[in-house]
Amino acid sequence: MPDEQYALEARGIVKIFGNHVALDAVDFGLRAGEVHALLGENGAGKSTLIKILTGAYQPDGGQVLADGAPIHLDNPQQAQTHGIGTVYQEVNLLPNRSVAENLFLGHQPTRFGLVDRRKMERESRGILRRYGLEIDPSSELGAYSVAVQQIVAIARAVELSGKVLILDEPTASLDRNEVERLFEIIRDLKARGLAVVFITHFLDQVFAVADRVTILRNGKLIETRALDAMSRTDVVRLMLGKDVAFSGATGVEDARPMGDVLLDYSQYGRKRSVHPFNLTIHKGEVIGVAGLLGSGRTEMARIMFGADAADEGEVSIAGTRTTIARPTDAIRHGFGFCPEDRKAEGIFGDLSVRENIIIALQGKLGWFSALNRDEQMEIAGRFGESMDIRAASLDMPIKLLSGGNQQKVILSRWLATDPAFLILDEPTRGIDVGAHAEIVRTINRLRDEGLALVVISSELDEVVAYSTRIVVMRDREMVAELNGENINPGVIVQAIANHRDEELA
Amino acid sequence: MNIITKLALAAGLATALSSGALAQDISGKVIGFSQIGSESGWRAAETSVTRQQAEERGVDLKFADAQQKQENQIKAIRGFIAQGVDAILVAPVVATGWEDVLSEAKEAEIPVVLLDRGIDAPEDLYLTSVASDQVLEGRVAGQWLVDEVAGEECNVVELQGTVGSSPAINRKQGFEEAIADASNITIAQSQTGDFTRSKGKEVMEAFLKSSNGGADICAVYAHNDDMAVGAIQAIKDAGLAPGEDILVVSIDAVPDIFTAIAAGEANATVELTPNMAGPAFDALAAYWADGTMPEKFIITESKLYTAADDPQGEYERRKDLGY
Amino acid sequence: MTRRILSRLANPQLLALVGVLLINWLLFPNFFRITWQDGRLFGSLIDVLNRGAPVAILAIGMVGVIATKGVDLSVGAVMAMAGAVAATLVVAGYPAPVAVAAALAVGLACGLWNGFLVAVLDIQPIVATLVLMVAGRGIAQLITEGFIVTFTDPVLIFIGTGSFLGFPMAAVIALALLVLVTLLVRKTALGLFIEAVGVNRAAASLAGIRSRMLLLYVYGLSGVCAAIAGIIVAGDIRGADANNAGLWLELDAILAVVIGGTSLLGGRFSVPLAVLGALIIQAMNTGILVSGFPPEFNLIVKAALIFLVLIIQSPLASRIMPTRMPVRETSK
Repeated sequence: MPDEQYALEARGIVKIFGNHVALDAVDFGLRAGEVHALLGENGAGKSTLIKILTGAYQPDGGQVLADGAPIHLDNPQQAQTHGIGTVYQEVNLLPNRSVAENLFLGHQPTRFGLVDRRKMERESRGILRRYGLEIDPSSELGAYSVAVQQIVAIARAVELSGKVLILDEPTASLDRNEVERLFEIIRDLKARGLAVVFITHFLDQVFAVADRVTILRNGKLIETRALDAMSRTDVVRLMLGKDVAFSGATGVEDARPMGDVLLDYSQYGRKRSVHPFNLTIHKGEVIGVAGLLGSGRTEMARIMFGADAADEGEVSIAGTRTTIARPTDAIRHGFGFCPEDRKAEGIFGDLSVRENIIIALQGKLGWFSALNRDEQMEIAGRFGESMDIRAASLDMPIKLLSGGNQQKVILSRWLATDPAFLILDEPTRGIDVGAHAEIVRTINRLRDEGLALVVISSELDEVVAYSTRIVVMRDREMVAELNGENINPGVIVQAIANHRDEELA
Repeated sequence: MNIITKLALAAGLATALSSGALAQDISGKVIGFSQIGSESGWRAAETSVTRQQAEERGVDLKFADAQQKQENQIKAIRGFIAQGVDAILVAPVVATGWEDVLSEAKEAEIPVVLLDRGIDAPEDLYLTSVASDQVLEGRVAGQWLVDEVAGEECNVVELQGTVGSSPAINRKQGFEEAIADASNITIAQSQTGDFTRSKGKEVMEAFLKSSNGGADICAVYAHNDDMAVGAIQAIKDAGLAPGEDILVVSIDAVPDIFTAIAAGEANATVELTPNMAGPAFDALAAYWADGTMPEKFIITESKLYTAADDPQGEYERRKDLGY
Repeated sequence: MTRRILSRLANPQLLALVGVLLINWLLFPNFFRITWQDGRLFGSLIDVLNRGAPVAILAIGMVGVIATKGVDLSVGAVMAMAGAVAATLVVAGYPAPVAVAAALAVGLACGLWNGFLVAVLDIQPIVATLVLMVAGRGIAQLITEGFIVTFTDPVLIFIGTGSFLGFPMAAVIALALLVLVTLLVRKTALGLFIEAVGVNRAAASLAGIRSRMLLLYVYGLSGVCAAIAGIIVAGDIRGADANNAGLWLELDAILAVVIGGTSLLGGRFSVPLAVLGALIIQAMNTGILVSGFPPEFNLIVKAALIFLVLIIQSPLASRIMPTRMPVRETSK
């Protein structure tokens, strides 16, 4: 539809970082008076697209148009003059200034060259009332809840820009009532003719407030469609790239043989993080965890390992009740954990590959039985070979390795401790094909050797291939446990997407 | 009669007795004293001597410690004015910013006396200022050396105070003035010892190395006694006899230097007297008695002490003053 | 093997030290002259060792702290406190071992306090240790009541001014600490854990390292080192000078660690190189004193030299003139 008039449009946007294509010829059209959800898993390219639309990044190809005319955005201020305002998850206002000052910062009404405080506060009161806020504009912003600050941020963005509002995960730290209030405001803005882009991980919220949806995956545009013609399953399928119709077969021929019970989590949970769940884990089994980002899957892994302490429920190991309050407790019982954010929580960038491999074992041995250099080289060399770690030298800093090789190092780190139970959070994200295959092969091998594993992954084909059971997380809750022939991408997608309405239907 | 009234009576009696015996002209006067703080031993001694002097004269001294802050001093002075004291002593922490509060004192007709430091303010805002002459101190030390070596060749090493501080500048100047005409005395090396013992020792060690193991040094002039004490240790470590092989002269007259003088390890010190309050009280007494206006700048004596001046006795007299 | 040792020696720190010493020699030809006098070595080079010892000892404690991405600003004040405690106790008639033990205990307590603020309360190290930097000197002044507490205790004086095999006691103590701490961090896994926590505390916790305990130990060691330095400085002048003992030495110690190649961002660290850094700083100080420059130039000369040293070891300089021989892989 070349003649359709968009309030803001991106045509054929290409963005390349190094040799990584973050956006590959992505089109995106935003109409006035609509709420347009932008969806995709981590690394899909959502935030890169937003940064291009707000002038924070320059595209390497394609163009941005406002009301049909090409515009050039060098910086976020320019985006503002074109009527584009943005509100981020972390409110970036000044908490120690007054509400009114925050609303008018940089645009204060002046009188004889001085800030006209009374006028500013009078106008602020009017603006706030339109957003349903009856607060004192002269009071400090930081004194109010995140929700109120979020609304002030929206008010500021709309008053300054007035045409396009981009909301980047605005609901992440709000409770249910606050979300509802935010939605009222969004609907009101829509009625006033604003174009709103809404980014979130919560599908319920997408269906509650958005009109159309654009789905990105791996830097590519998958689909832009009106939401009333879509089911949740459709959305999840598009996000995860699974065509349910063609992928009916289960990955498991038979129920795989399982060993004795190793671990039993019972009503295990942590407030504001994961609802209590039950999970029994056997030796020689892989439990796949499926769920969208923000579904509570990482939080579940963290409390299982003691990285965050559980505040309810109990856990027993081989039938004996125990407590796992911190990682050292877990490691003593033979646990290992490869975190999702490899760079922030996994690797020690400046330390050598060798040290990165032996550190957990050394931690288990304690300070005084230090592995000497030869022992370290032996262990590192052994795993370097068996895991096929591609490093010029085991003494080079791990930060110089590729993502896949870093992941193999972290996996080796835990294997060196001779573990009984491994938790792998997105072990194959963002790594090359070769390393990917190596890690999947390792998971299979470990299972056959009798280890118990919990593997979190968004790659449904992969999870299906190695799991003996799959649990599905949604809204911080374990909502399903799939066995036997239910271990199948179609069923998983449905379980992830499942919603009360659809259950009725 | 309960115990408290007994005590009060006894105290009153004591005051009456002492005021009868000494300087009856200002007994019973209430005088406020805003002290800088207690950043050095000399400062602590000044505080205790001031209290002593007040007690001897029967003055009711109101003491306020400003902890190195001018705002605290201004507050204290305003407090004194509000209490209606008879006079105010101030040891000013900085030179500027006194006009307002001193004008208030003037309006309240309370005489103000500055102790040991001057200020940048119109002279009519205070009665007088009691201070030592730092240039004179240096000159006295230099003159002692000129007399001591009596025409013989003498290479002096100088341990300066903190670079840029007024005592360092003035004491250096005074010493140089005194030795200007003595062509036999030259300052061979000069470095800062930051007024501290450890730096004084470290610098002296270096001087000894660079002066042929100390053989080329005839005397040390230190801007304060602490550095001299450090230098004495360095000289001893180098196997020389301080006081004999190398003469030691310094300024301040703190107790420890008298121990060194008594032991023959130091030769002379010039006193920076902690008794600034005595002359201040005398000036106030004369002013109240018959309206005598004191001189605007009262210079305290810069007395020279050597082994001939009973160093052990001087030590005993000073050791409890808080140095 | 010999090549490996050679390559170890050819590091920028050692080159810088040699450079500074050569400059000193040019300014003062007798700089390297060492004589035997009264049972001890005597010369400017010995002065560098003796005077550099307190900062070297502080650096030995500081380097571990900085490797964990922290910093300990309180060491100067802790020195003053330890000196004040030791001096007041011997003056009050307690035997020297008691006084020394008490001073060390005070240092340890201060270090653990810093560690508690950093590790348990998660206060930023620069702020956490600033508390004691300010309060510590005040406490020292309270202990000494504002004046220099002089003592004649032979043991304390020996610690500050004595000699062992002709070498100044302070330097001997620094060397002993250097060997002890280097063995402690390199022969146990402590060094690896410190580096791991400094590089990535979150990852270290997940890998099973008790980072809180580790931080407590590291800050505790820094406190003890500061106390040792404080006792030495007090013994040196036979008195505890609460106002001036250790004043600004925390900055010299940090500088020594940085010159020693440890990044303020934490991670890789070397105790011997930090000590070398302290010697470089002291070589400059002593050089300035024997050179006969007017004191007004002290700070400028020192700043210029430090700037030069930092440039020599900047990544850019090492790219232009590689000082390390590439022998890594051939060491088998």
